[in-house]
Amino acid sequence: MADTLTPVLTDDWDAEQSWKLATYESRGGYQALTKALGMAQDDIITAVKDSGLRGRGGAGFPTGMKWSFIPQDNPKPKYLVVNADESEPGTCKDIPLMMASPHTLVEGVIISSYAIRANHAFIYIRGEVAHVIRRVQAAVAEAYAAGHLGKDIHGSGYDLDVVVHAGAGAYICGEETALLEGLEGRRGQPRLRPPFPAVAGLYASPTVINNVESIASVPSIVKNGAAWFAGMGTEKSKGFGIFSLSGHVTRPGQYEAPLGITLRELIELAGGIREGHSLKFWTPGGSSTPLLTDAHLDEPLDFEGMAGVGTMLGTRAIQLFDETTCVVRAVLRWTEFYKHESCGKCTPCREGTWWLVQTLAALEKGQGSESDLDLLLDQCDNILGRSFCALGDGATSPITSSIKFFRDEYLAHLTHGGCPFDPAASTLFPSLSSTAVGAQA
Amino acid sequence: MTTTPEKAAQETDLVTVTIDGVQVSVPKDTLVIRAAEQVGVQIPRFCDHPLLAPVGACRQCLVDVPDAGNGRGFPKPQASCTLPVADGMVVSTQLTSEVADKAQQGVMEFLLINHPLDCPVCDKGGECPLQNQAMSNGRGESRFTDSGAGGIKRTFPKPINLSPQILLDRERCIVCQRCTRFAAEIAGDPFIELVERGAQQQIGIAENAPFLSYFGGNVIQICPVGALTSESYRFRSRPFDLVSTPSVAEHDACGSAIRVDHRRGKVMRRLAGNDPEVNEEWITDKDRFAFTYATAPDRITYPQVRDRVEDGGDGALRPASWPEAFAVAARGLAAAGAIGVLPGGRVTAEDAFAYSSFARVALGTNDVDFRARPLSAEETSFLAARVVLGAPQVGGVSYADLEAASTVVLAGLEPEDEAGMVFLRLRKAVKAGARVVAVAPFSTRGLRKLGGELVATAPGGEATALDALTGLDERSVVLVGERLATSPGALSAAARLADGAGARLAWVPRRAGDRGAIEAGCLPNLLPGGRPVADASARVDAAATWGVDGVPETPGRDADAIVAAAVAGELGGLVVGGVDPDDTADPAAFRAALDAASFVVALELRETDVTRAADVVFPVAPVSDKAGTFVTWEGRVRPFEAVFSNPASLPDLRILAGIAEELGRPLGFRTVQEVRARMAEMGPWDGARATHEPVAAAPAAPAAASEGLLLATWKQLVDNGSMQDGDDFYRSTGRTPVVRVTRTVYDAVGPVVTLTGDRGSVSLPAEIADLPEGVAWVPANSFGNGVLADLASPGSRVTVKGVEA
Repeated sequence: MADTLTPVLTDDWDAEQSWKLATYESRGGYQALTKALGMAQDDIITAVKDSGLRGRGGAGFPTGMKWSFIPQDNPKPKYLVVNADESEPGTCKDIPLMMASPHTLVEGVIISSYAIRANHAFIYIRGEVAHVIRRVQAAVAEAYAAGHLGKDIHGSGYDLDVVVHAGAGAYICGEETALLEGLEGRRGQPRLRPPFPAVAGLYASPTVINNVESIASVPSIVKNGAAWFAGMGTEKSKGFGIFSLSGHVTRPGQYEAPLGITLRELIELAGGIREGHSLKFWTPGGSSTPLLTDAHLDEPLDFEGMAGVGTMLGTRAIQLFDETTCVVRAVLRWTEFYKHESCGKCTPCREGTWWLVQTLAALEKGQGSESDLDLLLDQCDNILGRSFCALGDGATSPITSSIKFFRDEYLAHLTHGGCPFDPAASTLFPSLSSTAVGAQA
Repeated sequence: MTTTPEKAAQETDLVTVTIDGVQVSVPKDTLVIRAAEQVGVQIPRFCDHPLLAPVGACRQCLVDVPDAGNGRGFPKPQASCTLPVADGMVVSTQLTSEVADKAQQGVMEFLLINHPLDCPVCDKGGECPLQNQAMSNGRGESRFTDSGAGGIKRTFPKPINLSPQILLDRERCIVCQRCTRFAAEIAGDPFIELVERGAQQQIGIAENAPFLSYFGGNVIQICPVGALTSESYRFRSRPFDLVSTPSVAEHDACGSAIRVDHRRGKVMRRLAGNDPEVNEEWITDKDRFAFTYATAPDRITYPQVRDRVEDGGDGALRPASWPEAFAVAARGLAAAGAIGVLPGGRVTAEDAFAYSSFARVALGTNDVDFRARPLSAEETSFLAARVVLGAPQVGGVSYADLEAASTVVLAGLEPEDEAGMVFLRLRKAVKAGARVVAVAPFSTRGLRKLGGELVATAPGGEATALDALTGLDERSVVLVGERLATSPGALSAAARLADGAGARLAWVPRRAGDRGAIEAGCLPNLLPGGRPVADASARVDAAATWGVDGVPETPGRDADAIVAAAVAGELGGLVVGGVDPDDTADPAAFRAALDAASFVVALELRETDVTRAADVVFPVAPVSDKAGTFVTWEGRVRPFEAVFSNPASLPDLRILAGIAEELGRPLGFRTVQEVRARMAEMGPWDGARATHEPVAAAPAAPAAASEGLLLATWKQLVDNGSMQDGDDFYRSTGRTPVVRVTRTVYDAVGPVVTLTGDRGSVSLPAEIADLPEGVAWVPANSFGNGVLADLASPGSRVTVKGVEA
């Protein structure tokens, strides 16, 4: 099954000092840049369009089409903003990518900025990952020193400055307009749309905002051609993507594969579910995507396949939970995350997540009644599609999907008078022995 | 609940939408929530406010849109406060859509889970949009407390001060952001901001940066819950115990509509009225909080006459009956010889007409002048030629014109301090692209909030600065303040500037009665209705209405000349209305005039140096006790009715009528209604207007040659003015008095300085400002008895030295 993998973005990760410019260039890095600077800018946009690349941040909007929305007759400067505020529970693809191969991103930034005629690009990195920020900063510095950035890049007449911006620790800043607010120095809360960022984004100027992985995919498309990229994946979900397997799996990690691969294949690549256990439920793309069960092992992991079973491909953050896991407990933890990260701007998300946590916490302790399940679903109904941005929608996904598949397990908490599961059994480390406890005393 | 006024729209700009089955045509870009108002459908809302930019935060106004105008519907309910109409759009509100109704009820339930149910003790209870809309658009019972293990509300320690006056109860706050948006968008004082996140999100201030705004009180009024309260009103009364009477604010010449809420004969609070053409929905904090002066302990409540020593009395004032006081006043005035009349600038137009009539009819003099402040003959001429009779309906500058102006020049006027609603309109104008140029001594906070350009000007240099201005067009407006009177040639230069560019000119005084007093003829050169004293036919016209044979032919003395004449013994008597000697050009001279005059009649609200020196003191009604009219700086007439019916509280006009009758020369009126009829009968003058003789600018003062610094000054909005007495919380929101000096001076003399002028000294902290070298600025009435009494005359020289710490 190993030939299922298509290492492109991850190809250099195992190289010695893979994050260094020299390593990157020795393996063909920045050749795409040279090629791109010799191309007409619109041809690059066309190539990205033809490749079928869809946004890798979760929503799956066609990247080339997003670029073509930038009004080139607008006299204001154009900006490229890379959304590297990876904060979704379970999602862990951009941070390893930036850590292992930052130049893949930097090269993508240069080519993408050139295509949309931006002379300033910003990489907005989640503030908690200081080591990654330093690594990308170092890569940008190396790129400047090598003449890949700055004035008149390689004699092309094209100028580009890249700013690496550290976020301040808010999940909401992964929402693109909240990210722009934060980048402008304001409180990170989503903006009213329209105007859309393509027309009035950063500093009220035309702005493209793309996910790290989307931008990092651009050099390979330029280098190998749109047809090469479109040759992978499925009809409407072309190309490859990083699948991040975590949880109860033998070899968790990043698996770069064509879209449309199934979870069964991925689990095989990862050495199977934890020894002696079986899959109970999983998220296809982070906690905001409705969870699935072992009945969905053969569904194609692409945008259409996941939509077909009532969920979303999301960020391909596949969290795997075996039968030792209490779904109520897992959902409560996620919901606590959304409550903590709700920005507060709109009522349904701010107040709704506050209430959801209380109702769920009671259920986990076996308190409340069966009617609270219907109340939970009604609360979710009053949040989903009523919130200002997608954060509130995402908060409802684990609850509604878990009640759909595991209603009986919720009820078991009520009849059992608490959680029927042993929380220690689901841990990935040996349960605390009495000696360990004794050692602390 | 707020609604926008209907605006006439061009046919071509209309789009037709169907709301709950009713078709309505509204201007393009109208928000669905407003279009619904047009068909009588009220969609519940909290964050929405027609004068603030849409934000879509509370989500209370969700509606179903089955057709967005393109044949396709929105899959999810839409916030009607952020959704513009589109032709052919179909909207179903809570009245016709179960989806919309459920969405609204869901949001309302969410809003209430963390809201304390303390309505029975909340000031907002009874007039609370949350309470009202929870009843109309919410669930009867909350599911929160019965859910799970029983819902636990988020709590905060309560309350916290945002400013000395404004308190925030964070538990009640639904973070709709109306207050923060008002502060940032309207007032330009963004000192309150959202902090924290999620359910902990709250309104906050930075450390040591309280929400000090001249317009801060408006956030209390637009708060849709009881989260914001004032120290002055908190816990004082319940809305359903209050009687509301519309009125007009008496603190400046802006004519703001206000609502006076009172209970059992006492004003409990004042709110902004809604007048889109004047103050929109805002008022200054002075208009909102400064009303307790009328109930101050030193309020005069009965007439007093002095038992004169020469008549065998003890020389003290004693209570008297109204008839006795009228008789004593009339007898004294008749015996005193020539009389000067000083009505002050706080009078209603009707009272001003009475003073004007009293001088001409009862006393036979033109020695009447409302100006209780530094003035000039140039100004007298300017007012008669360029100000009187101007009004929006006859082409005068209006608030709307300010909003649409290309350039606004400010000269001798600091709108944030002296005309708050002008300032807010200028904020709007600037947002619409207007340019503001200030001929002023330094860049004030107000000017910075207008993004204005400073033409740094030393006192006395205004005429030269105005002459040098360029770039005005016919959409430009030149606004001049009353302070320009003290700068020779400046008013002439302002007129020249406006005329030369085809721009328009308006005079913005400080006091509410100033403009009405001009219209009523309380000037030595003007009779009522803009009739020039010098014009024989105008005199005949006025005399005919008054029913007298004639009025004096020669223009009278202005206020300064009246004071000088009294000191010199040329005038034997004075009739003084609401004049504070410390406001006048020379306070010592004014007091000397009171002493020198053989007979002084005072008409006052509270004890002053004038009443203490007077021979007869009449208590007059405060604005709450009488009907009247203020005329705005635009010339817009703003009538109001009495809030209270208080038979012991007589307006100035009734007192003047009483004295005149005792003099045997009745004025022909006794009531406000009769004065209004008489004013209507006299009407505006349709003959030739007085002409303004331009005055040349004073030669530039030799800068380095003279000792000391030129003194620039004006009154800050919140200061020691006697009509602001009684609300210490309000007063605490004022700006700390400082001396503003150049960096050179600051570096030389340090952080605390003493200024010394010919009338005294003052020591204040110093701040650096972009003043021209050789100029210092102090607030006019924020320390002691004010600049005029305790320091020096504006434009004169003061010396500065450092104060040792």
